[in-house]
Amino acid sequence: MIQQTIVEITLDSLLAKVRELKYEGWRLVQICCTKLPECLELQYSFDKDYVYQSFKIILKDTSTPVPSISAVYLSAFLYENEIHDLFDVKVENIAVDYKGEFYRTGIKHAFNQDEKPKETSHE
Amino acid sequence: MSKRTIIPFGPQHPVLPEPIHLDLVLEDEKVVEAIPSIGFIHRGLEKLVEKKDFQEYTYVAERICGICSFIHGLTYCMAVEELMKIEVPERAQYLRTIWSELSRIHSHLLWLGLTADGFGFESLFMESWKIREYILDIIEETTGGRVIFGSAKVGGVRRDIAPAKLEEIVKKLRVYQKKINDLGMVFLDDTTVKHRTQGVGILTTENAKALGAVGPMLRASGVAMDIRMMGYAAYGKIGFAPIVETEGDCYSRCKVRIRELAQSIDIIEKCVQQMKEGVIEAKVTGFPNGEFFARSEQPRGEVIYYAKANGTKFLQRLRVRTPTFANITPLLEILKGCQLADVPILVLTIDPCISCAER
Amino acid sequence: MSVLSKSPWIIHYDGSSCNGCDIEVLASLMPRYDVERFGVINTGNPKHADILLLTGSINEQNKPVVQNIYNQMPNPKVVIAVGICATSGGVFRECYNVLGGADKVVPVDVYAPSCPIRPEALIDAVVKALGILEKKKAASLAEEVKK
Repeated sequence: MIQQTIVEITLDSLLAKVRELKYEGWRLVQICCTKLPECLELQYSFDKDYVYQSFKIILKDTSTPVPSISAVYLSAFLYENEIHDLFDVKVENIAVDYKGEFYRTGIKHAFNQDEKPKETSHE
Repeated sequence: MSKRTIIPFGPQHPVLPEPIHLDLVLEDEKVVEAIPSIGFIHRGLEKLVEKKDFQEYTYVAERICGICSFIHGLTYCMAVEELMKIEVPERAQYLRTIWSELSRIHSHLLWLGLTADGFGFESLFMESWKIREYILDIIEETTGGRVIFGSAKVGGVRRDIAPAKLEEIVKKLRVYQKKINDLGMVFLDDTTVKHRTQGVGILTTENAKALGAVGPMLRASGVAMDIRMMGYAAYGKIGFAPIVETEGDCYSRCKVRIRELAQSIDIIEKCVQQMKEGVIEAKVTGFPNGEFFARSEQPRGEVIYYAKANGTKFLQRLRVRTPTFANITPLLEILKGCQLADVPILVLTIDPCISCAER
Repeated sequence: MSVLSKSPWIIHYDGSSCNGCDIEVLASLMPRYDVERFGVINTGNPKHADILLLTGSINEQNKPVVQNIYNQMPNPKVVIAVGICATSGGVFRECYNVLGGADKVVPVDVYAPSCPIRPEALIDAVVKALGILEKKKAASLAEEVKK
């Protein structure tokens, strides 16, 4: 019933792949990031006529810069700023770069921290 | 001339029930650019999966948004059920469909009211919400809650609706249908309303596709895309077509939602006709494992739930992409070139649900 | 309450609620529940308002906004924490970005917990707030007389 694929690709091939999909008329559905014990996973998801495919990129750590795809899909700028603010992933050349001011949270890059040091008084 | 001014819009603003902030760059009265800043409602709900187990989280998922609450809970359950390979009983699927559609009706009526308020038609606002109360009565009678249903659970639903009650609901909805039609006529035929909505905020088909619009926003721009067509819950057995308008302006978006109200009532009626007696929940054993993107159609458009689990009680990651988040970029597009006085109505036209968007 | 009491104007701000309470706040203004029969009007301007309805919990980003709205309201003023999130943080209490209930930043006079609030409970809270508003008014008047 539900068609979806998750394919792993390398970071270098990302931009070329995304341009190709744009040309074929795929819609950018979302970009998300997952923190795993040993690495970070980026997922770029696309949809066309209810067919869903997602491209997975493994990042060893947050020091590797990720190219922005907002030049191809403008709507990516929201997701990329979100990933930067919550996971500390460095995304380069975002169309509208908030430089860490997208989410003003109490704890910086909270999703990239294992256990949060929450000290607010819960008396 | 053409001196640029920046006007802050929100977070606390009379037309906004919820906080969103826009920096509007103006040339005289014309908006040339809009820059959103969000995060006023960011709570970090996605991270809460580390503290609430996958069963408990259903309640949190419902509270991501109080308007499309049931569909949030449902989509979360769909994601987890797929990870656990649970087959949901047929009756539960139909009940899920009925509640989803009831929540769509109440949400669209809510939106119609807010829009009427946005263009200053106070009595129309009151009228829409008056009809919405009838729908909330049905929801309360069947689930116990007015806004948060608490009926979805992993493996099925928590409550059944008796056959006699179902018949009664359909009869009631038929009566409300007439009231909704009268209401729709004001939105679609009244000259003053048309003056505010027709030709305002046009989103072309190309832009709608390129900027990733979803839901009524996309369908009003001539794209037949409705995740319900994928046939989750019982939608596959109902048989219906997405509602499409082609103009792409505020009027079209209004029309799509009004036509969807009638469609939802039809879907509920078909569900009631097709439903058979049966169990309403499957047994849940073990823990979720794997990764999956669940998709469903909310009143505002497509919602994505990404769940990743490693076979323990707690999910590793839950990611929610809500329709409002996807519709922000198209909103920025339609704001370009509009008049300052039209900004509130354009912001409302995407049916913003900020608490969804920021989680 | 004296025989002639003030018609309180309310301002509503959504802290970081899920919308559930917000739509119930609006629903209370609708024909079915109609808080306007108590003279209550929903205003968008804090300087016109007597009662602040706060829904949702407080987080880093909305803290200054809530404080600002509260400071702009003229005295005497009453704050109602609407729903469990504004009371204590509720189901979101454990979220990393949630500081807690509304009383973390502004003094709260009436707590109206539930998830989400029912219009009946909200009306009850507003009526209670009216009483407190009267008392505050009387107290400030007495102080002025003393001076």
